[in-house]
Amino acid sequence: MAETTFESTPDLLLDHDRVEQGDLQTEELLVNMGPQHPSTHGVLRIVLRTDGEMVLEAEPHIGYLHRCAEKIGESVQPYQYIPYTDRMDYIAGMNNNQAFAIAIERLCGVEVPERAKRIRVIMAELNRIASHLVALGTYGLDMGAFTPFTWCFREREMILDLFEAACGARLTYSYITVGGVHDDLPDGWVERCEEFLDFFEPKIVDYNNLLSFNHIFVKRTATVGVITAEDALAFGLTGAALRATGVRWDLRKVTPYDGYEDYDFDIPIGQDGGIDGVPRGVVTGDCWSRYYVRILEMTQSVRIMRQALKRLEEGPIEAKKVKGIKLPADEVYVEIENPRGQLGFYVQGDGSAIPARVKARGPSFCNLAITSHTCRDILLADVPAIIGSLDVVLGEVDR
Amino acid sequence: MSQFAVPWREKPEPSHGFVSSFIVALAKGIYAIATPIVTRFPGSILLSAVVASCFLVWAHALLFSYVDTAVLERAAEVGAANPNAFGYFSPSTWGLPPSVIGTLLAGDAAVEGQSPGLLSYLLWPVQFGFTRDMIAFGAIFAWFNIVPVYVIWWERKVAGRIQSRLGPMRVGGWHGWAQSPADGIKLVLKEDFIPDAADSILFRAAPYFAIIPSALAFVALPFGVTYIFREVDVALVFILAMLGIEVMSVILGGWASNNKWSVYGGMREACQMVAYEIPMGMALLVPVVCVGSLSLKYIGEVQADGWFSWLAFRNPFAFVAFVTYFIASLASCKRAPFDLPEAESELVAGFLTEYSGFRWALFFFAEYAAMFVVGGLATIMFLGGWNSPIPSDWGAGLGESIWAKGLKGILFSGPIWFILKCVFFLFLQLWVRWTLPRIRLDQVLYACVQVLLPLTMVLLFGTTLWVWASESGNATWDVIASIVSKVLGIVGLAFGFGFVAIAGYGFYHRRRLVGNLVIDPLPGS
Repeated sequence: MAETTFESTPDLLLDHDRVEQGDLQTEELLVNMGPQHPSTHGVLRIVLRTDGEMVLEAEPHIGYLHRCAEKIGESVQPYQYIPYTDRMDYIAGMNNNQAFAIAIERLCGVEVPERAKRIRVIMAELNRIASHLVALGTYGLDMGAFTPFTWCFREREMILDLFEAACGARLTYSYITVGGVHDDLPDGWVERCEEFLDFFEPKIVDYNNLLSFNHIFVKRTATVGVITAEDALAFGLTGAALRATGVRWDLRKVTPYDGYEDYDFDIPIGQDGGIDGVPRGVVTGDCWSRYYVRILEMTQSVRIMRQALKRLEEGPIEAKKVKGIKLPADEVYVEIENPRGQLGFYVQGDGSAIPARVKARGPSFCNLAITSHTCRDILLADVPAIIGSLDVVLGEVDR
Repeated sequence: MSQFAVPWREKPEPSHGFVSSFIVALAKGIYAIATPIVTRFPGSILLSAVVASCFLVWAHALLFSYVDTAVLERAAEVGAANPNAFGYFSPSTWGLPPSVIGTLLAGDAAVEGQSPGLLSYLLWPVQFGFTRDMIAFGAIFAWFNIVPVYVIWWERKVAGRIQSRLGPMRVGGWHGWAQSPADGIKLVLKEDFIPDAADSILFRAAPYFAIIPSALAFVALPFGVTYIFREVDVALVFILAMLGIEVMSVILGGWASNNKWSVYGGMREACQMVAYEIPMGMALLVPVVCVGSLSLKYIGEVQADGWFSWLAFRNPFAFVAFVTYFIASLASCKRAPFDLPEAESELVAGFLTEYSGFRWALFFFAEYAAMFVVGGLATIMFLGGWNSPIPSDWGAGLGESIWAKGLKGILFSGPIWFILKCVFFLFLQLWVRWTLPRIRLDQVLYACVQVLLPLTMVLLFGTTLWVWASESGNATWDVIASIVSKVLGIVGLAFGFGFVAIAGYGFYHRRRLVGNLVIDPLPGS
């Protein structure tokens, strides 16, 4: 890793003729934030150049959790690689499974049964809610509020119970496989899921009352870390971070997959404060917008799931003859909408059962790139606010 | 030991000495004996502890007052010659005069010339100030230890309830009552670790700068009219000074740790202190202007006439000053939302980053004791101190017997009420902490310097005018003032009942707030 270098800034203070030797002056300090810092969401290391409480420059250093996730994909068969995709973005395992499964299906031309598509959508949206709950809760922690964290995890626990009932795992599911899903839903699962949705929807109001519209929270996050739409597009931001800047871009609408075109839902975007219940002082693209877009997305996920549960019909859950399938000498690049943004998989086949090349485009990795651009001339307390609002998962950044 | 013994197979030497082994054995013993009992009868033990504390307070007050009366009577009987130069009876009489025993045993019909009995020997030391100081010191020291230990446990329970979980449940059986003492023993037994690069002397000294001032603040804090360790004329200033010294420990510890995060924590505390100390002091000056004294005892005594005589309801400025003081006192204790010096998500642990074990525990002791002290200040300065909301003259019908006096002491004034009010303030602090996010440093400075400081200046000026108008003796003004006072009192009552109602609602619906999915999980899970 290259040594940390910063551009030397002209020391204007000392050039001033009124400044004499021995006068009071401040010194810049290099502070190492992480990789064991409580609010870097894992093993992110940020080197801060600070002047007192002011952060002049922040440079993220990554790679502490590198596990050769892409290289492994080039030595195992696709259905064996599914569990490795879980470990990339371990907060949203279902969505990662789905992305890789769709990539292989497109490459090989596998047709997924209708019921499997519905179940995939239900699982993906459930996991989107679970992932957003983690994001909201830990963002509360970053702001010094502990209670939203436990409230969010209380509801996430119920989602994990549903996952466990469906596939036996609570974090790394490997449930969505190439050609469909691994197991059918157990008896009573659909009713239980509907019960959960009824329970969960009012809870969003609770989160809003407790954290979203809390005056201190709004003051801490509004106008902090503002990202313009141009910057967001230039840095390749996706997901809630992009939508918070006012760009209405969601792959579930733009390039629908797994039957998302059948469902009726909206794409929430960030907006200036004062209208639609958004507090005054909020600017499009600031930390509060990114936070609130996730809250709104949870409502939309509930909407999608209600429709999918209603349309769930009996039928096969997996396409036939998927194991050991030969990958054609072709290439495919598929992007889907992960809770954190666009997760892309590039897979190249060479006629054998093992891919010649696997490459992932991680939303956390791309979103994290804007850190050093945004964390300039801010206060120290704003650094966790910005990092937390980007909602990165370091397992996926480092892969 | 055989020749094949390898180093990592050898049984490690115990790393602690006699003292720590003794503490562990003691803790284990207490745990083994107390746990089954407490688990079986938690309610009765809690209730009997409260009743026993009330009885102790009452008996002790009765005892002291009777010894005082007897000594005065005896002094009047024998003239000024018999008591020695210090005002006490010389040891040659060796005991209280017979009338004391007579009074204690048979009321006023004591027989003159009765020989002193066992009780007089037992009571004899109580007439000396030193003995009373020792008793009071024991009580204060015990209280100073009990408050942090059990407030920490209580905070964890409160936090658990707010966060829809249970909090500590295991240690000691009943609701984890022994969790805090167990944590304390663990912390005491931990390695006393001092980083190589730290300034060793300052690093060691810093916790004492926290614990000693917060203990000294209890010296001047009155728990009741007679329950003051040392009555200081300027008790308010003394306590504020002690709270001010405590800040030094944070700055010192932050600097001496030689860790950048710690330095940030220390500097933040320095910054924060500059911001909140002035509004806090100014807010406290409002009741001082109303009463005209800095003596906490006197300030408490003028609020003896029930709810509407409490200083917060005297005039509108005092009412607002009460709220202002409460906000500033949160900053004074480094409690959320002003916990910037130890902001976990920003500064790892702030000034506490390098501290562990006993020294860390000392900081926490100091913090929770200071929470009690600022709560006590709020109680005395604004909420009637040790007086009950019922006017004390309502107890006139009870008569003047020993028992009536004791009952009145408990019902209408005394440490019980003071502690109850402090516990209420402690709960407010916990409630705020587990609900609100943290404020940013610039917002603390803005709030304290640009909002609270001008506000408290206006309050001080306004209350001065109010007092001036009240003392002018204008009859119309007196009517207006009493109406305003009643209105404020009713607003305060509404807040109080609202608080109780909200808490009751939450308690009544404690299961519904969680939801049945938690209680009845999926069969597959």
